[in-house]
Amino acid sequence: MSTTSTKDHAELAGQFNADEQRVDWHDETLWWIRQKRDKAVNQFPEWELLRETGSKIKEHTLSNLGNYLEAFEANALANGITVHWAADAKEHNQIVHGIIKKHGVNRMVKSKSMLTEECHLNEYLAENGIEVIDSDLGERIVQLAKEPPSHIVLPCIHKKKEEIGDLFHEHLGTPAGVSDPQILAETARQHLREVFLTRKIALTGVNFAVAETGEFVVCTNEGNADMGAHLSEVHIASMGIEKIIPKREHLGVFLRLLTRSATGQPITTYSSHYKKPRPGQEMHIVIVDNGRSVQLGRKDFRNSLKCIRCGACMNTCPVYRRSGGHSYHNAISGPIGSILAPNLDMEKYADLPFASTLCGSCSNVCPVKIDIHDQLYKWRQVIVKAGYTTKTKSAGMKLMQWTLSSPGIYHAAGKAGRMVMKYAPFAVNNALNPWYKQRDMPKPPAQSFDEWYKKNRGKK
Amino acid sequence: MTVGLFIPCYVDQFYPGAAIATLQLLEKLGVTVVYPPKQTCCGQPMANSGYEHLTTGCNELFIDNFSDFDYIVSPSGSCILHIKDHLHSEGRENEAVQVRRKVYELTEFLTDILKVDHLDATFPHKVGVHQSCHGQRGLKISQMTELVAEPFSKPVQLLNMVQGIELIPLSRQDECCGFGGTFCVAEEAVSVKMGVDRVADHLEHGAEYITGADMSCLMHMEGILRRQESKVKVIHIAEILNSSAQ
Repeated sequence: MSTTSTKDHAELAGQFNADEQRVDWHDETLWWIRQKRDKAVNQFPEWELLRETGSKIKEHTLSNLGNYLEAFEANALANGITVHWAADAKEHNQIVHGIIKKHGVNRMVKSKSMLTEECHLNEYLAENGIEVIDSDLGERIVQLAKEPPSHIVLPCIHKKKEEIGDLFHEHLGTPAGVSDPQILAETARQHLREVFLTRKIALTGVNFAVAETGEFVVCTNEGNADMGAHLSEVHIASMGIEKIIPKREHLGVFLRLLTRSATGQPITTYSSHYKKPRPGQEMHIVIVDNGRSVQLGRKDFRNSLKCIRCGACMNTCPVYRRSGGHSYHNAISGPIGSILAPNLDMEKYADLPFASTLCGSCSNVCPVKIDIHDQLYKWRQVIVKAGYTTKTKSAGMKLMQWTLSSPGIYHAAGKAGRMVMKYAPFAVNNALNPWYKQRDMPKPPAQSFDEWYKKNRGKK
Repeated sequence: MTVGLFIPCYVDQFYPGAAIATLQLLEKLGVTVVYPPKQTCCGQPMANSGYEHLTTGCNELFIDNFSDFDYIVSPSGSCILHIKDHLHSEGRENEAVQVRRKVYELTEFLTDILKVDHLDATFPHKVGVHQSCHGQRGLKISQMTELVAEPFSKPVQLLNMVQGIELIPLSRQDECCGFGGTFCVAEEAVSVKMGVDRVADHLEHGAEYITGADMSCLMHMEGILRRQESKVKVIHIAEILNSSAQ
């Protein structure tokens, strides 16, 4: 905001809103998913207890994270998995590149991993001559479009089927103008099948890593993580340090929370447990910090690490639905992205905590009860104090402080303001006033309540 | 019982009718109401913009004005939530805590403290109820659709005591109107779109009036309705509850 030249959320959202029909379609699609979620959770009388339980397990885990990570490492090693530790995105990318290089290959298949988006792994590997094909259908579509995902669960939710048809025509040889979802899905299936069969190395994300057993669980609806991993000679799994859960039995809480919140399904189609490499296979886990331990040290923001990446906060967010995921210019968009991103780069993401009305819907759909909207409020205070604001805004706020701290000045200013609006409406009803662009100003009343009260009740 | 009437700055300046109705309604219900003349604002516009550190003046004024009352009542859920969550004082934190405990939004004061079960009010119109976010999710004056919990609504409970009123259903019961304080100008495009969509839901269901317990949301929707040259009006819930049979 103060020095960056990148467009901020308001500007990008403004561009998205230039096409109102698309905004309506985007809003209605995501609202439909929110309604599916409502239907699913309302069949579940103990839903709020389940949320509370999930939240508490995560709280306990975050408070003992070091111990659980070490236990997980020890058990994974005993299972025959190679464990790597990466302090940041760069180290993560180097570790993955090192494994690929060791095997002398130049291509890899990858299932959904928001962590690798956060680390910009695909770009890094491309620079090093390694081709990555994303095997999640939505991810593959945005990859063909050379765009980042706009939603963590529904990466190409911003694209209409006709646009996907055009992409498939250009890249996968479907006839021009074909947008039938069944034909497009079958085309993708054939295309990805060839990829699964020919890639020696597969990378997957991790939804849950179980400390007591050293196994990890990957959830997909398409089975693409399994196809990649089972056919590979080398399976690499990338996970953030916050993916740990203490016990296998805790999956009984999180697997029930995850997909009901995400899409309204009772459970993901595939919830696959990976515990040890099959004979002849190599299995690697890369455990990544990348700012998470800093966030863990921020008292007001540590709970953001409870996130299980269901995307419910995006689907419910009235701002996200009407601004699109790309307006958040971060790998993770929406409300949760807006409280995670400033931890990584406060200047670059100074706009995101302000991209909210603080309506609080996000915190109340969150399956692990992250106080998202309270954290948005708190990030605003931190960002302004750190100086990532504009001089104009600070000057305006100081003027407001001066006016509102003194009843005399406030009443005089209020009266003057109403007089201006009454007798010189052009002073406020103009293009410089963002309120007036698409909304009328309130009609100034003849007298304020204060004036009315003095006249009618003052002498009592 | 003496109640201190807190009239938020923008209600004082632009919507005196909502404030007068609040005062008259409370008096009708037998409450002694005092309006401290030196009040200004709760400080929320600065705090929500990231400048909570500039709200000391507003906080001290608020404590000066209101700490002596049994209750503090205001026709604005959002301002009350701000006081409840963020009123502090370095020198007088005990008083700040007391104030935070005795502030009430008007409808919750009527249902929870006065336990109103009957009103002499008539309003023979089709009315859409806007559940303002801060009142609903912050003060819990009505149940939100996000939770698996029994529905309730203190504003609707009161509106149901009004003769002749017809409350219309909405497709999206508790979606935000997009006002959001400085959000409405900082994020102009999204804010307007949210407002347009919210208003459309009420219009599609035949509302003649849109009401609610928070004038700021109503001000936002009014700006949109008037730009559309709609005949539909916004009206603060106090004005409906105070309306007389004529």
